[in-house]
Amino acid sequence: MTGTAPTHDTAAAPPAKEGGAAPARPPVESPETLRKRARLSRRWQRDVRWSPYAFVSPFFMLFIAFGMFPLIYTAWASLHTVELTAPTDMEWAGLRNYTRIFDDEFYWNAARNTFTIGIISTVPQLMMALGIAHLLNYKLRASNFFRVVMLAPYATSIAAATLVFVLLFGRDYGMINWFLGLFGVDNIDWQNDKWYAQIAVSSIVIWRWTGYNALIYLAAMQAIPQDLYESAALDGASRWKQFLHVTLPSLRPTILFTVVVSTIGASQLFAEPLMFDANKGASGGPQHQFQTLGLYMYEQGWVNQHLGRASAIAWTMFLILIVIGIINYVISRRLRASS
Amino acid sequence: MRARTLPHTRLRSGGGTRIARSTRKTVVIAAVAALGAGLLAGCADDGKDEEGGSSDGGAGGKTKITLGLFGSFGFEEAGLYAEYEKLNPNIDIDQTVVERNENYYPPLVNHLTTNSGLQDIQGIEVGNIAEVVQKYSDKFVDLSKYGKESDYLPWKWEQGTAENGQTIGLGTDVGPMAICYRKDLFAAAGLPTDREEVGKLWTGDWAKLVDVGKDYKAKGPKGTTFMDSPGGLFNAIVGSEEERFYNASGEVIYKTNPAVKRAFDLTAEAAEAGLIGNQTQFQPAWDTTIANSKFAAMACPPWMLGYIEGKSKPENAGKWDVAAPPKAANWGGSFLSVPKSGKNTEEAAKLAAWLTAPEQQAKLFSKRGSFPTAQAAYDLPLVKDAKNKMTGDAPIGQIYAPLAAELPVQVVGPKDQIIQQGLTDNGVILVTQGKSPEEAWTNATKTIDNNLEH
Repeated sequence: MTGTAPTHDTAAAPPAKEGGAAPARPPVESPETLRKRARLSRRWQRDVRWSPYAFVSPFFMLFIAFGMFPLIYTAWASLHTVELTAPTDMEWAGLRNYTRIFDDEFYWNAARNTFTIGIISTVPQLMMALGIAHLLNYKLRASNFFRVVMLAPYATSIAAATLVFVLLFGRDYGMINWFLGLFGVDNIDWQNDKWYAQIAVSSIVIWRWTGYNALIYLAAMQAIPQDLYESAALDGASRWKQFLHVTLPSLRPTILFTVVVSTIGASQLFAEPLMFDANKGASGGPQHQFQTLGLYMYEQGWVNQHLGRASAIAWTMFLILIVIGIINYVISRRLRASS
Repeated sequence: MRARTLPHTRLRSGGGTRIARSTRKTVVIAAVAALGAGLLAGCADDGKDEEGGSSDGGAGGKTKITLGLFGSFGFEEAGLYAEYEKLNPNIDIDQTVVERNENYYPPLVNHLTTNSGLQDIQGIEVGNIAEVVQKYSDKFVDLSKYGKESDYLPWKWEQGTAENGQTIGLGTDVGPMAICYRKDLFAAAGLPTDREEVGKLWTGDWAKLVDVGKDYKAKGPKGTTFMDSPGGLFNAIVGSEEERFYNASGEVIYKTNPAVKRAFDLTAEAAEAGLIGNQTQFQPAWDTTIANSKFAAMACPPWMLGYIEGKSKPENAGKWDVAAPPKAANWGGSFLSVPKSGKNTEEAAKLAAWLTAPEQQAKLFSKRGSFPTAQAAYDLPLVKDAKNKMTGDAPIGQIYAPLAAELPVQVVGPKDQIIQQGLTDNGVILVTQGKSPEEAWTNATKTIDNNLEH
């Protein structure tokens, strides 16, 4: 070995032009070695090409078994009259389960409720999350503590939380009515009055998801370069102006993401209205005033045991989500084009 | 030297990484395989556990029998499991209880259709017994060889028996209904408090009960209502009918049955007049109204006395009493069944028969207030001399036994539960919230029809 530093870390000697002992001409290789190397190289290529698929395959195999199959089975079941009491006993019904939805006032009622509850839960939720994230973005003592606290509702079981909310919203002995009573407000029937019930259900959703969204916003806010704020401050922009003109535009993709995720979550809303019902049924209150599509599907499938109808409802919900996805895609493309 | 060794070394080093890579690959494949095997083994383990638990005996060679129940059957609380385990040292009993039948029945149906996940003994509510008997009788062990038919009320035995004569459910209890009332509140309203006299106020007609409610409202303490909930009253009235939601040939008649409409209208009338609190039974807020003494009377089968006791404040003990209802009516009563898919159907059937035998039913009544479905138990001292603390030691055994003898033999249909729930939860409850009886009826029937439609 000479004193020059080796540039290869293989055990082999460096080639001659690097001052090594290896001959400059390519080494003589027998045809057998060449074949071997070709074989190895083919194997290497196959490896590179196919191994990733092998590595991701467990997920997709599980998905096919537990995601794809139910999806297809549900589609098949939705074309039949079939009861949960005898799932193998299917009677072909064509599109009847779908066409009857047009005259199914309970379906449209549930769709309307899903929409209104979605609006009154998502809009305040995301606005509050933005505000909270903005506050948490300042230098705070014990900021980690606050961030963890923000996530606490998200980590709580919905069922447990909703039971507590039911007690809080109780008509006769609930804490919220007691508090309102101090200001002379009459007892509100939170569970049975349409709009109050929807607001109450929304409040559970808001409580649960605001912190989660705030953390997403916070993460995005921390990625905004500090100099933008500094120069804005130099230009004399107030904190509020900074929020409006620096933070918000930079958060645009994140906001879009949370809007989409929240919309999907809202359209699948199920556990909160189920647990909130004073009668503990799946009808979403005595007049179905907060029955969401998810709850209606559950009522048809699991309470009334009409598997075919429930499957059809499930598929319409799936189609609605696809539409939401397309709208989101179009909007995000417009946004990207405009910025 | 080096030059010559170069290709070789290279090859070796190449071979080295190759080996390393293929080892990695092997490791990954092994890991995946292990994961898969683990999943499979997981399933296999479960199977083994069940087997081990029930047949060859896990703990000390004992046979384990599991019960899946809802609500409060009270076998464990009444000490019946302990007693049976003492009598049969090779048996180990284990129960899982779901609070509400609405949450218990749908999974049960699921398990029955797939023949999996069933316990050795499954409880069935009377509202579901017809559907189970009609649709799933082939999935159950015939219990007629284990229970003694002559011990039971004939109609109760019949409810648990399929057309082919196979008995799939042994009745645990029946619900002869009475009217429980608060002596102190009745006295405050100027009404009689003696149970004989109170019973006479409304003998023969539910409308008279509502009239008493009007008297109560006029003079009773402010802030209280005569009865607790629209659901409770409606339930009581239809409970005295033989045909309610289905006729004897199995057709749905709830909408055209005048008895159902009458019960609905009477309940609605009472609700409109403000005689009933606007509560849903068995919900936390309703429990609080019991604790706070917010109503004076309620329809109450014997098991309700246990419920009242559980929710009342201690100072209310002795303030209740039990009077005869306007008409004999039935509320509740469950069955025990043994699915064929169990590992120990023989032992399970023996246990089910033992739990529902007259002696055990009498014990259950004296401890938990479930009224025996075995008429043979009515003369046993545990039933005859039963007293209840909440009612000031009223002789509840003697009060309820004659009511049980008069119970109407009810036609139970497969969707009774859905119809009943619709009429109360989507019907009469609305009247207490200011809707007209017509609106409430429309809302209820629309809901039920939509739910019954395939």
